Amino acid sequence: MPFIPHTQEDERIMLEAIGVASSESLFDEIPADLRNGQLDLTPDGMSEMTMLRLMSERASRDEIGLNFIGAGAYEHHIPSAVWDIASRGEFLTAYTPYQAEASQGTLQLIYEFQTMMSRLTAMDVANASVYDGATALAEAMLMCVRANKKSRSKRLLCAGNAHPNYIEACRTIVANQDIEIETIPWQQGTGTLDLASLDERQGDDFAGLVIAYPNFFGGLEDVDHLTNWAHGQGMLVIGVVNPMALGLLRPPGEWGDSGADIAVGDGQPLGIPIASGGPYLGYMCCRKAIVRQMPGRIVGRTTDLEGEQGFALTLQAREQHIRRAKATSNICTNQGLMATAASIYMSLLGDQGLRAVSTRCHANTALLAHKAAALDGVSQRFSGPFFHEVVIELPRHAKGVLAHMANEGILGGYYLGADPSLERCVLVNVTETKTEQDLARYVQVLAGALAS
Amino acid sequence: MAEFPDHIRFLDSHEWARLEDDGTVTVGISDYAQEELGDVVFVELPELDATVTAREEAAVVESVKAASDIFAPVSGTVVAINGLLEDTPEIVNDSPFGDGWFFKVSPTDTGELSSMLSAAQYRKVCEEESH
Repeated sequence: MPFIPHTQEDERIMLEAIGVASSESLFDEIPADLRNGQLDLTPDGMSEMTMLRLMSERASRDEIGLNFIGAGAYEHHIPSAVWDIASRGEFLTAYTPYQAEASQGTLQLIYEFQTMMSRLTAMDVANASVYDGATALAEAMLMCVRANKKSRSKRLLCAGNAHPNYIEACRTIVANQDIEIETIPWQQGTGTLDLASLDERQGDDFAGLVIAYPNFFGGLEDVDHLTNWAHGQGMLVIGVVNPMALGLLRPPGEWGDSGADIAVGDGQPLGIPIASGGPYLGYMCCRKAIVRQMPGRIVGRTTDLEGEQGFALTLQAREQHIRRAKATSNICTNQGLMATAASIYMSLLGDQGLRAVSTRCHANTALLAHKAAALDGVSQRFSGPFFHEVVIELPRHAKGVLAHMANEGILGGYYLGADPSLERCVLVNVTETKTEQDLARYVQVLAGALAS
Repeated sequence: MAEFPDHIRFLDSHEWARLEDDGTVTVGISDYAQEELGDVVFVELPELDATVTAREEAAVVESVKAASDIFAPVSGTVVAINGLLEDTPEIVNDSPFGDGWFFKVSPTDTGELSSMLSAAQYRKVCEEESH
């Protein structure tokens, strides 16, 4: 049955009241050539029963053994309370809280999320979230171009070892505003950015610099040097940061002499399961000085007429329902349910819990890297510190080895062969969910795959 | 009731401009405009030395209910911006023709001022708008 509250009679009365013949004619002002017409590729509807059957079959294909693939989506333990609470109707069905006085619970939750994210990143302010890490980065780039008063450039300098999918998504999004993204090469020895290559950029006008921390290979950049260099060049600094890493690593707000200007990333590691590509959670934080250029929802705490604590959407005048084409972004919504889960996750773990998880992730990754490198012909591809991902180089093409491991119930890592220099390399992620036996099994299966 | 001082010129988009003795032109928004906007919470000003073009966007004023572009009434170079607006934007409401000015322009052509509306003409625009 269609869960639509108004009847055909209701519709007829409404149309009559406004003097319109049909619902279809409400769209008359859109030129015919801009309309899509029939959706030919959309299949016919199916019954709930058939759909559930189909989707469970598809979901069952995801049931695999041990997962060591990270590369942007990370498997962490999620306390049962997270989704038990997040699935309550009040959270599950809440829509954008336009009517502040009637949405105090939703607003408070967003406020708590913002508070936790800004504390975690050591930035002044956070928004209520955007779609995912890649769109958060694209929004940060647009923000940079708008906010950087020292630069008139529409070019950005981006770490060449940022997540390749993020860079691609950003290029797609910012290209229509004539913004160019140039990448900084990474070094073969360490996988980190080639700082010497920055000399060639000395004096070039860029609106901002994007630093990935950890970088796509799991490695840690010299963020202080990069931040200070960029600020010295009149650029703003964007940090793309895995929030889970901040249990151990120095937050972007404390990089260099004055901190990064914008911090973004994907909040998926904070209580959101990996599930066929989403939904994810883009977080965005920035310094207060440029908050008016930050897109999306921002909730503020205030006091009402009776002196009681209350919450309100703030800085709304920049958004598209008021500012139209001149809004800071077309993003006017947020990933409310995912932000809810992340807030519950962070409050359940607390700072000590978060530190414990990230410490265990790092220790497990280091241990696996060590054990794997003990195998004949296997080595750690890059030297230098890493967080919870590491690149393992195999004695032969990695694709066949990974396929062999998958047959044995182990997803051995992310194949890096998109870059021809890394055809024998695998990006391995180990989180707190893996036991010593799991690691031993990984090494055993890897050894078997290499021997076959 | 909004004030319409005689000695300054207006745009129908609610900016005012005043030619000062030193040859610069001071720009702000009208008393009528600040009333319509409500409490002003932020003003984004042009950069010093920026070039502005008559009837093109030069600033943004943001109130609790709207954000509006402010057009430069005359073309020229920005020679001063009102730093008070950063921390006390409410002076736009309190004193739109005085302390609440936005920026000063060194005009390339003061003749552009004469194409602006007189106080009486502008009053008429506002009266029509509010009907």
